[in-house]
Amino acid sequence: MASVAARELVDGEVVFVGIGLPNLACNLARATHAPHLVLVYESGAVGAAPVRLPVSIGDPALVTGSLMVCGMADVFQLILQNGRIDVGFLGGAQIDRSGNINTTVIGTYERPTVRLPGSGGAAEIAIHARRTLVVAKLSPRAFPERVDFITSPGHGGAGGDGGGGGGASRRQLGMPGAGPVKVITDKAVLEVDEATGELVLAALYPGVEASDVRARVGWPLRCRPRLGRVEPPTATELRLLRDVLDPERRYLQG
Amino acid sequence: MSKVTSLRDAVARFVHDGDTVVIEGFTHLICFAAGHEIIRQGRRDLTLCRLTPDLIYDQMIAAGCARKLVFSWAGNPGVGSLHAFRRAVEGKGAPPLEIEEYSHFGMVARFAAGAARLPFWPLRNYMGTDLPRVNPRIRHVTCPYTGETLATVPALNPDVSIIHAQRADAQGNTQIWGLLGVQKEAAFASAHVIVVVEELVDEAVIRADPNRTVIPGMIVDAVVVEPWGAHPSYAQGYYDRDNEFYVAWEAISRDREALERYLDDFVRGVSDRAAYLKKRPELAARLKAKARYCPGVNYGF
Repeated sequence: MASVAARELVDGEVVFVGIGLPNLACNLARATHAPHLVLVYESGAVGAAPVRLPVSIGDPALVTGSLMVCGMADVFQLILQNGRIDVGFLGGAQIDRSGNINTTVIGTYERPTVRLPGSGGAAEIAIHARRTLVVAKLSPRAFPERVDFITSPGHGGAGGDGGGGGGASRRQLGMPGAGPVKVITDKAVLEVDEATGELVLAALYPGVEASDVRARVGWPLRCRPRLGRVEPPTATELRLLRDVLDPERRYLQG
Repeated sequence: MSKVTSLRDAVARFVHDGDTVVIEGFTHLICFAAGHEIIRQGRRDLTLCRLTPDLIYDQMIAAGCARKLVFSWAGNPGVGSLHAFRRAVEGKGAPPLEIEEYSHFGMVARFAAGAARLPFWPLRNYMGTDLPRVNPRIRHVTCPYTGETLATVPALNPDVSIIHAQRADAQGNTQIWGLLGVQKEAAFASAHVIVVVEELVDEAVIRADPNRTVIPGMIVDAVVVEPWGAHPSYAQGYYDRDNEFYVAWEAISRDREALERYLDDFVRGVSDRAAYLKKRPELAARLKAKARYCPGVNYGF
């Protein structure tokens, strides 16, 4: 997942980096094909060049050797709301058919079964970044037809009483960014279909069939007319991930 | 007159039952020493505000200090959950905790409004999300110039903010480097400000590098010197984050009895920060920061 996500990043882009796997993917991209990637962390590090994998997005290694360190008011107003972020990179406990992301609660808000951490910067990243990439492991629980709570907005379709999109398009709602356009999972890559605003199957990992993916998604998943094939990680990517970037296996599993 | 005092006296004087209290710091410079002193003094019914409640508010919630939590991301960064917080919100036997929830941008904007003494702050945000549905204090305004609809959040004006920093002089002129979080806005928004520092320095040290000053002495009520006062958080240039403790907190906070034992051993069972540090003699060897100085800046004219 980390290497597939890293390949989505273009050299020179400005990336708003979320906690967890996105952190690893961005640092892998910087170490391979995108040395001029500008990593922006909500903690205030701009152009960070961490020499160790940051355990959190407030790690001291993000400051040392960074291009700029600013307060969080500047990060959100002068960089994100100003329109300077090319790619937002998010994870999520639930992602639904419309690409809405939930990191707030499982169950109802008032009486949650599981209380998750909440938005952090995720709501505004999904609204403002030119495009948003999502990473999540595929499972029916993680990919329901509709999320229990919209923390970060996808593509209309959502709707709630007072909140939610109520079926209006992102543009109608005044969102500057394109939102979650691609979801990178451990078995396949999903993309948003521009016409319907719905996530569809775009590419499969080696050895995975479309039916394997459909069995792990909570809605009738449609396919792109031509399915892509995801290339496995290269030897260089694996070596960097395992020996250099995440030797303690903080984010990598297995 | 010097504003230097002990943490015990500063908390006794400026933190009262029922107050709205901010201990800020985004991962960096979180003043655990002050949180522990508030627990020791048995404060109750506090409204605790922070972007990321972190372990310190988890401990204060477990110790019964909090009536309400105002926040935007309540997790253990890179590890998992804050279990005392979760028990309270999920209704699992813990006393209930009122919550008021924003995103980071919303919390930053609340402090910005408070600091500028404005009633609210506009932001282009929250469209398509469920946050305004569950937090009626997120509202909207029509721009009088363009006619567009913008989200608004209300000013946050705490009774007291507690800011940890690398150094200050006796008047509270406070210098911070590394991640700055929202400390400046939180301090300016507050009725009272307690600054807790790694080092007390002469005014001449502050004057030699004025761009490093984030909080001016004019808004500071008390200065406390408490080396390692942010542990297990960190202070850039002084000590690294104690990631091992953040990982260990998962098991401690998950088990109510283990959490009580922790509070008895390391918070209620010690008289102050110096006594806490005596129980952790290995910290310096493990976490002390390596030197990485920047070359001098010419302030001449």
